[in-house]
Amino acid sequence: MARAVTTRRKLATTALAWGIGLLIFFPIFWTILTSFKTEAQAINNPPLFWGFDFTLENYTVVQERSNYMRFLWNSVIIAGGSTVLGILVAVPAAWSMAFVPSRRTKDILLWMLSTKMLPAVGVLYPISLLFVQFGLLDTRVGLILVLMLINLPIMVWMLYTYFKEIPGEILEAARMDGAGLKEEILFVLTPMAIPGIASTVLLSIILAWNEAFWTLNLTAARAAPLTAFIASYSSPEGLFYAKLSAASTMAIAPILILGWFSQKQLVRGLTFGAVK
Amino acid sequence: MATQASRSAARLMMAPAVILLLGWMLVPLTMTLWFSFTRYLPMRGDSIERGLQWVGFENYVRFINSSSFWPSVQATLMIVGGVLVITVILGVLLAILLDQPIWGQGVVRILVIAPFFVMPTVSALVWKNMMMDPVNGMFAHLWRAFGATPVSWLSDASVPSIILIVSWQWLPFATLILLTAIQSLDRDQLEAAEMDGAPVLSRFFHIVLPHLGRAITIVILIQTIFLLSIFAEIFVTTGGAFGTRTLTYLIFQRVVDSQNIGLGSAGGVYAIILANIVAIFLMRIVGKNLDR
Repeated sequence: MARAVTTRRKLATTALAWGIGLLIFFPIFWTILTSFKTEAQAINNPPLFWGFDFTLENYTVVQERSNYMRFLWNSVIIAGGSTVLGILVAVPAAWSMAFVPSRRTKDILLWMLSTKMLPAVGVLYPISLLFVQFGLLDTRVGLILVLMLINLPIMVWMLYTYFKEIPGEILEAARMDGAGLKEEILFVLTPMAIPGIASTVLLSIILAWNEAFWTLNLTAARAAPLTAFIASYSSPEGLFYAKLSAASTMAIAPILILGWFSQKQLVRGLTFGAVK
Repeated sequence: MATQASRSAARLMMAPAVILLLGWMLVPLTMTLWFSFTRYLPMRGDSIERGLQWVGFENYVRFINSSSFWPSVQATLMIVGGVLVITVILGVLLAILLDQPIWGQGVVRILVIAPFFVMPTVSALVWKNMMMDPVNGMFAHLWRAFGATPVSWLSDASVPSIILIVSWQWLPFATLILLTAIQSLDRDQLEAAEMDGAPVLSRFFHIVLPHLGRAITIVILIQTIFLLSIFAEIFVTTGGAFGTRTLTYLIFQRVVDSQNIGLGSAGGVYAIILANIVAIFLMRIVGKNLDR
């Protein structure tokens, strides 16, 4: 039986929920709005919510001044590269754990999870030392490797929880119908695994894009992604609010959009399948 | 059923992930452990090639006895604890609110979740300049509008400011997980209680809260692990000044700023032990889930 909800009550909860939602979203909204103002209007007192001269100048200036495209490209390569590499390693592992479980599967899964708990700062110097040794400091390859490794446990876990839901009987049925191993993988399992893989890819890209310990500590000029680009704005010179806003908007826009598509998967991935 | 052949194939498929993670864990960890027992000051010419001087537990003792150790533990506990309290309480309330029938639920959800996707350096800078700046920040405008003197948030109320920024980032995570958990609540039970005349509060404490217990535990554990190592938010805003130097940040400064690798590594070992204590509890819960 559906609970009878009076319109008045629904109106009240709606107003409250929207109020809180807008309050939480406000810093982002304000940043986006400010990015379209002139520097003088950006620090106007009282703050301008409307009636300012809409301008795209900040975006052009930021792009020219700090070579935004290079940072963006680094972010894309690093997030994309670490995700592709991670999927290549994680899919077979999760696959075998879900379909050929052994007594040790659970221990291996938990051990993988435990590597995620290692505080990054505890191994900062050894990693930088190794990076210098292998010429990986300030390279995209180096960051791809590190981000792949820190996200690998989450990827394996997430894929495992998805693969686990593929019923084993389907495989048996396919085999009865005379499907060989190749057909089995290509026509039966792959289509069922794709949603899980897609969700994992999404989450991995988001996490890699926003990672801000290794990207800040292992890069300088050449391989620095957007996280480092934004951090360089922390020591401002002169008027810069509108430019900071434009730079921030550009840095978060792609992932904000991706993120909105992946709310559900996020829960599963970040709780290691404990909440679905 | 799994044959011998498929078992060895499975082992082969697992090998790359296991070997990579094993290397990623063991190699740096061994190095950190080793360094923590040595005198290692690269600026004064110490290097692995020339051999490091073994000093036993000296670094461990010095790290704990340094005047910045206990303040850093205090800052860490205040920030982690503050964020946990705020995100869990607000998260539960917000999850219940978003679970109600409202118009435009999808859009509100998107608004609430958005901060989680903002990269840490951006949220730190946006809060520092757009919201908390004592001259041009939104809070300063608000304070002035009510005739109050604007506050220099990040120097005069630094720890609460950091707590606010980090809570803003993590509230969506808590809300999202608690909302997912709430949606699995048995509606009939709730309605039956309502029909029996149970008041809102007792329905909350006797039905909703117990149901959320596991999800809340998971939120607390996972957030603790991430919160213990927050870095960019402090790096960009206060740089560890004004009492916001957490354990993570202190270790970072020992290693990067003062280039005292031995001391920093000993700190790192403490941080690893601390994180593992939390991790054990998390793994128990997650592990139980695997058996089902």
